[in-house]
Amino acid sequence: MHNDQVQDSSSLMGTQAVDDMSRSFAFTSKLDAIVAWGRKNSFWPMPYGTACCGIEFMSVVGPKYDLARFGAEVVRFSPRQADLLIVAGTITEKMAPVLVRIYQQMLEPKYVISMGACASSGGFYRAYHVLQGCDKVIPVDVYVPGCPPTPEAVIDGVLALQRMIATNQPRPWKENWKSPYEQA
Amino acid sequence: MNKLEQLKQNLAGQFNIGNFKFSHSVGDDVLEVPKEDIPALLKHFRTSGKFDFLMDVCGVDYPNREKRFDVVYHLFSTKDASRLRLKTQVGENESVGTATEAYRGADWFEREAYDMFGVKFEGHPNLRKILTHHQFVGYPLRKDYDANWQQHSNSVLPIHFDNKPGRPGDVLNDDYVAINVGPSHPAMHGTLRVMAELDGETIVRANPEIGYLHRCFEKMAETHPYNQVIPYTDRLNYCSAPMNNIGYCKAVERLLGVEIPPKAQAMRVVLAELSRIIDHIIAVGTGGVDLGALSAFFHLLTYREKVYNLFEKLCGARLTVSMTRVGGMAQDAPEGWFDEVLAFCKEMRVQVDEISSLMLDNKIFIKRTQGICPISAQDAIQWGYTGPLLRATGVNLDLRKAQPYYGYDALDFDVPVGTTGDIYDRYLVRVEEMRQSIRIIEQVCKNIPGGDYTIRDKGIVLPEKKDVYGNIEGLMNHFMLVIKGLRPPVGEIYDATEAANGELGFYLVSDGSANPYRLKVRPPCFAIYQSFSSVVEGWMLADAIAVVASMNVIAGELDR
Repeated sequence: MHNDQVQDSSSLMGTQAVDDMSRSFAFTSKLDAIVAWGRKNSFWPMPYGTACCGIEFMSVVGPKYDLARFGAEVVRFSPRQADLLIVAGTITEKMAPVLVRIYQQMLEPKYVISMGACASSGGFYRAYHVLQGCDKVIPVDVYVPGCPPTPEAVIDGVLALQRMIATNQPRPWKENWKSPYEQA
Repeated sequence: MNKLEQLKQNLAGQFNIGNFKFSHSVGDDVLEVPKEDIPALLKHFRTSGKFDFLMDVCGVDYPNREKRFDVVYHLFSTKDASRLRLKTQVGENESVGTATEAYRGADWFEREAYDMFGVKFEGHPNLRKILTHHQFVGYPLRKDYDANWQQHSNSVLPIHFDNKPGRPGDVLNDDYVAINVGPSHPAMHGTLRVMAELDGETIVRANPEIGYLHRCFEKMAETHPYNQVIPYTDRLNYCSAPMNNIGYCKAVERLLGVEIPPKAQAMRVVLAELSRIIDHIIAVGTGGVDLGALSAFFHLLTYREKVYNLFEKLCGARLTVSMTRVGGMAQDAPEGWFDEVLAFCKEMRVQVDEISSLMLDNKIFIKRTQGICPISAQDAIQWGYTGPLLRATGVNLDLRKAQPYYGYDALDFDVPVGTTGDIYDRYLVRVEEMRQSIRIIEQVCKNIPGGDYTIRDKGIVLPEKKDVYGNIEGLMNHFMLVIKGLRPPVGEIYDATEAANGELGFYLVSDGSANPYRLKVRPPCFAIYQSFSSVVEGWMLADAIAVVASMNVIAGELDR
């Protein structure tokens, strides 16, 4: 009796019924495209907010600008649970090893947005204890200018990254990256 | 003059004042003494109750002098709001006695002076680097250190604690669990790191490590002209950026000896109080987040956005406004701006009550904060607490009342104080301060004085664009000021304002050139946060998280 039931359903799956179902809701696509679509619309950002940009990032996820509209609302403070690192603020020489470690702990696929002038280039801190851009130690996909950038600019950066993912743009900076501390 | 004379007579019996030099510098009382007298003198000031606060300790480098460094102490008395600057000269390989025995709050300030200048403080229990990373070589604030010479670090300092007599900081006790929180941890606000040894969940010892956002503000100030320093000050306490602009400009203006017009004063008061409100919004909001209450934060952020809108309308920037200039404001407020501020105040008044019921009346919030990690008024003063945290212990000290500036003395507002100094009282004070700030803004906005928004001294303020393009005199003045720069007279000054977190002081030394010779910031949360380990010892780890949040430690001004 039990076997019969299994057989019934399997015969159902292989024939006319599946064709009918596919006509009602399925569609065909490339696997890459559908995976990219899923990835780009469900970022789990980890805000690495160290300074002023971190305060402005609060506005980005806050009620007015609401990053959730673009599928990136699940802010996670554990790198293990995040796929988008948003470096929001100045990275100092003291902080750099910590940032690298956090980046290494993130699981693939992973992306980095450098938010603001300090994270992108050191900004106007051309100074003895400031890393002159977080791309000195980790690979950055999108740079958002501003000091701090307006929330609109950050959202624009997220959308730029979404376009990169949707088009499967090659990322040599990421592929060729190795930790600056592992050369010895 | 009288205070200094009194002090002279008072010290005459006990010290060899033949070597002391009493003087005035731009209205500040200054006392220069040989370095041998420093510890005894500070102890005398402390025990006699003449000066209960040691606000700041810092170094200044004069490379061409025989004794290269000045160590400068800034003292403050709550009794009559008098201040004294105590200075001593120290040679390159010499040391000076520590002030920590007289004032515990000197601890981190001395470590900073050691880190930045290499001045050794004899008898300091834990003289380690504090701001720069552990592989950093040299003393960056010395004049011969190039501002652009970066040194890379490739590792993180392992867990360690403060050295105490009989208990070396680098030796961990195997009976306890050593844990590390931060710097990348949501409760550590991005850049703080706390190391702790736990017995179960109770903290046996804790050590906050700072410097993860040390971005060399003071060195940057020395390498930029006076007006270009203003954007850097924005980024000290970025939760209330305009207040730093105001504090800095006020110090420079006092050194120049100029008084800004009433309209500029009124605009600064409105900006400062709006900033106080949004700073407290962050403090209260993130305080709730750290305890697990997210909804209040999102609710509060709506109103922070409204203040951003006001700022944006005023000057085009949201967060880091850089709206002040030495001599006044950058531009006038647009028409109707003050009415919009008034409308916001009306709305905010209702919201503060709502926040108050959402947070302060919440049973869970009360249980997490009431009676947790209290600090007594005496201890708070010893550590150098100022602002809402000091007032939460019951000390009624607010520079807006004690040393009124910008017409605060003519305004009607109250200074809320707490009773126990626990975490709950801190939030209570902050929420009440928001109400008082609204009162202040409403009074000022209803009586905005007319007149100019800046002074028109051609050696201080750039002429308006229509003059630069319209007549030769304007063009010349513009050219001269840009090329020559704003040059205050030789001298030094310490000037403080009541910022959202407490006393924000700027110690400014001018050598008559276009750049500050030395600019030392006295950040309020630096003094407060140094007490962290002694405050949380014996409490639970979860309480320590609540303490960090309640201290409202802003890394930008903590590490500078």
